[in-house]
Amino acid sequence: MTLQFLADGLIAGSAIALGAAGVTLTYSIMRFANFAQGEFISWGCYLTLLIAGPIGAGFASSVDAIGPLSVGWNVVLAGVLAMALTGVLAIALDAILFRPLRERGATITAVMASFGASMALRALLEVLFSSHPFYLSRELQMAIPVAPGIRVTPDQMVLVGFAAGLIACLHLLLTRTGIGRALRAVGENPALARVAGIDVGRVILLTWFLVGALACASGVMMGMVMQIRPTMGSDILLPLFAAAILGGVGSVPGALVGGLIVGLAEATTVELLGSQWRAAVAFVVLISVLLIRPTGLLGRAP
Amino acid sequence: MTVAATILDVDTLVAGYEPGAPIVHGVSIGVGRGEIVVILGPNGAGKSTLIKAIAGLVPVVSGRIRLAGEDITARPAHAMVQRGLAFVPQTENVFTTLTVRDNLKLAAQKLAAGQRGARIAEMHVLFPDLKRQGDLPAGRLSGGQRQMLAVARSLIVAPQVLMLDEPSAGLSPKVVADVFRKLEEIRDSGVGVVLVEQNVRAALAIATRVYVLVEGRNRLEGTRDELASDTAIAALYLGGAMVAGGASR
Repeated sequence: MTLQFLADGLIAGSAIALGAAGVTLTYSIMRFANFAQGEFISWGCYLTLLIAGPIGAGFASSVDAIGPLSVGWNVVLAGVLAMALTGVLAIALDAILFRPLRERGATITAVMASFGASMALRALLEVLFSSHPFYLSRELQMAIPVAPGIRVTPDQMVLVGFAAGLIACLHLLLTRTGIGRALRAVGENPALARVAGIDVGRVILLTWFLVGALACASGVMMGMVMQIRPTMGSDILLPLFAAAILGGVGSVPGALVGGLIVGLAEATTVELLGSQWRAAVAFVVLISVLLIRPTGLLGRAP
Repeated sequence: MTVAATILDVDTLVAGYEPGAPIVHGVSIGVGRGEIVVILGPNGAGKSTLIKAIAGLVPVVSGRIRLAGEDITARPAHAMVQRGLAFVPQTENVFTTLTVRDNLKLAAQKLAAGQRGARIAEMHVLFPDLKRQGDLPAGRLSGGQRQMLAVARSLIVAPQVLMLDEPSAGLSPKVVADVFRKLEEIRDSGVGVVLVEQNVRAALAIATRVYVLVEGRNRLEGTRDELASDTAIAALYLGGAMVAGGASR
């Protein structure tokens, strides 16, 4: 046995953390469990793929790998554009589906509707791209030994740093800025937020944009280390919720901690028990948290 | 009755949560600068609904609301604040998970960047407790301190009119006296104060003028002394407070 699974778990955990941060934002600001979160991840990844092609075709030099990485500037630029587009996709889905339900006070219906939206968005990906797998990068990379028995590729190092950086930025946005204060105020009491002069509609738009952009970043991370398929997002939906609840719903640092723990727990389970047990890990984590510490590791008591 | 320098003018307002079933059936009130207008009435008279509708939180069916001559009917609540109409809800009127300081900073975000610190400092002078407890989550404040924070938060934007929904609810008589003393200070600074109250005696003690609503309609209006002089009215609508205790606090 080598310790390689720890590195693999850390990378998967970083992608889970980004998605879980979105789950935690949607829930803490709109009191809404969005089951279409996985599809934002898949769509983010496919949009990156879709945009990277034309950029590479238009600017041939952009395809050249950046330094030791396996992808060129075209993928980086495409990822940034796709983050914005996925943010817009999330806003559009809210405008068409969730907002009308929210305004009628149909919270549970909105959660059910997000299941439907999830299926529709996934089916649309299969129609557009088939279920044939795609790759953001087919380059083979030399993995660099970082510890006894652990090797990581330059891509993986950059991705983990990128995920941690994004989570740190989000945490600072929420805790240190006026925008973050407004987001937290709407999360606690939307009616009072309006009385305090906050345009709640705009805060909700911003929230969806952030959620979409984070999901896209998560999708790009997954697309860099595994096959891109229409089901990639729905496959990690349960780990996302397990991570958000484990970290404490509403806590962005909690989403990071929860994501890493779920990622490492999955990788450890696969290493020790076999890959058929992977899917059970998120369930076990989720049930354990609900039994032992329902507020999560970094969550506040309601 | 003519009101000197009417700042808030509500004209035959019809409002309610459901379009077909209004709770306020054509109420008119006027509020002048530097006066405290108290709105009284039995339970279900539509007092709270009236001021929530003015604040933009309850849909207006018909009627007009003017603030300093400008028509602000049915503007969204957050826009009302910017125009100088502040509202303090009865319950859940502070952000309990935010610190006291963040509650004030949140309200100050509506101001130009250069004014924010000065305005918060002014609130610290008016409410010294809030400065001492700046780092405490607002949920840990006592009932009276919460009410003070809610008032301070709404005053940050220097409103022309301040509306409060039962600020005395759940507070001890001594704390009610403290809160109401602050309202008198606020009145003296030129703000028009609108007070919906069940605590008739305490409210009348600081009232300039009084409106009595019954079943969503204007029933009576007058200065405090006009109403007090009519013992029959006082006994009927003011719960005997004027008869029993006079206008003193």
